[in-house]
Amino acid sequence: MSGTGPRENIFPTRMALTNTKLRLKGAQTGHSLLAKKRDALTTRFRAILRKVDEAKRKMGRVMQLASFSLAEVTYATGDISYLVQEQAKTSSFRVKAKQDNVSGVILPAFEVERVQGSDFNLTGLGRGGQQVLRSKEVYAKAVETLVELASLQTAFTILDEVIRATNRRVNAIEHVVIPRLENTIRYINSELDEMDREEFFRLKKIQGKKKRDADASEAQRIAAAEAGLAENIEIGGGGGDLIDIKDQDVIF
Amino acid sequence: MATVSFKDRNLLAVIGDEDSVTGLLLAGIGHVEHQKKNFLVVDSKTQVSTIEAAFQEFTERKDIAILLINQHVAEKIRPTVDKYQQAFPALLEIPSKDHPYDPSKDSVLKRVQKLFGD
Repeated sequence: MSGTGPRENIFPTRMALTNTKLRLKGAQTGHSLLAKKRDALTTRFRAILRKVDEAKRKMGRVMQLASFSLAEVTYATGDISYLVQEQAKTSSFRVKAKQDNVSGVILPAFEVERVQGSDFNLTGLGRGGQQVLRSKEVYAKAVETLVELASLQTAFTILDEVIRATNRRVNAIEHVVIPRLENTIRYINSELDEMDREEFFRLKKIQGKKKRDADASEAQRIAAAEAGLAENIEIGGGGGDLIDIKDQDVIF
Repeated sequence: MATVSFKDRNLLAVIGDEDSVTGLLLAGIGHVEHQKKNFLVVDSKTQVSTIEAAFQEFTERKDIAILLINQHVAEKIRPTVDKYQQAFPALLEIPSKDHPYDPSKDSVLKRVQKLFGD
């Protein structure tokens, strides 16, 4: 019963028993809480998974559209890639991260932040300016989709990691911590029972011993009493009464 | 981990072929600071080591929130891309003009599929 399985190295006392029982209760509460957290996260995770899958497919279409608009630009203006690459100085298209809290897990969500930049204003001045402008817009839209997808994907990565960690904790509590505490409680209980039995046996033994001692002393007393009576008789016979003896007169 | 600061990350970076990079730059993501660009143009002559180096640099920079990479470029450094698991910067594989998007090759979608499969 006791001693099977790992248990904590603890001195089996009543106080330790109370403490361990409290800790077991704490572990059980923690386990149920973590399990709840895991369930909440998993629900969220499933939703995000589906969205990621959708967004990835949507991205394919959007990027195709964008490439097409760039082809139009190339057709109207000629190759502008070198010009564009050399003119890029400061980004006008940025993202801002904001936080989203899902049962204690902080998920970042990116938001598009556009500043009015003056880059590429002269691109396509000669011809094809309209196409360039349109392409810019299309690409901006495409990048917005990409940013959205990136936030989903980041959330996916973080949630994946957190769910793993939570799962590990839940399993550790369920399969390691709780059994060990239960084993400890069982061990303490059995030790305490054993101590009780020992104590009982000891008391019994003491009682028996006391009884035996009492009997012995009683017997001795009786024996002594009998012996004393006999002695008294002997004394009475041997000594005689002093009052009965008449002393001789003393003559000076 | 979830606790890394992502407040200061507000740039996008891109590794891709000429057309993708041009388009994205047109949208206004280009940022050049101290002669350091946040984009890399890959053509048929670009060495794999150059792509790897750019990938490493962009993933280690602290101001980049999202790294866009063409799928056919990612294909060239697939082991590195598959090994990359960090949340920041978010790695996004995008299709290019000449290479249509193949969801089965995407490292994230692969994980998604695996999770849906079980």
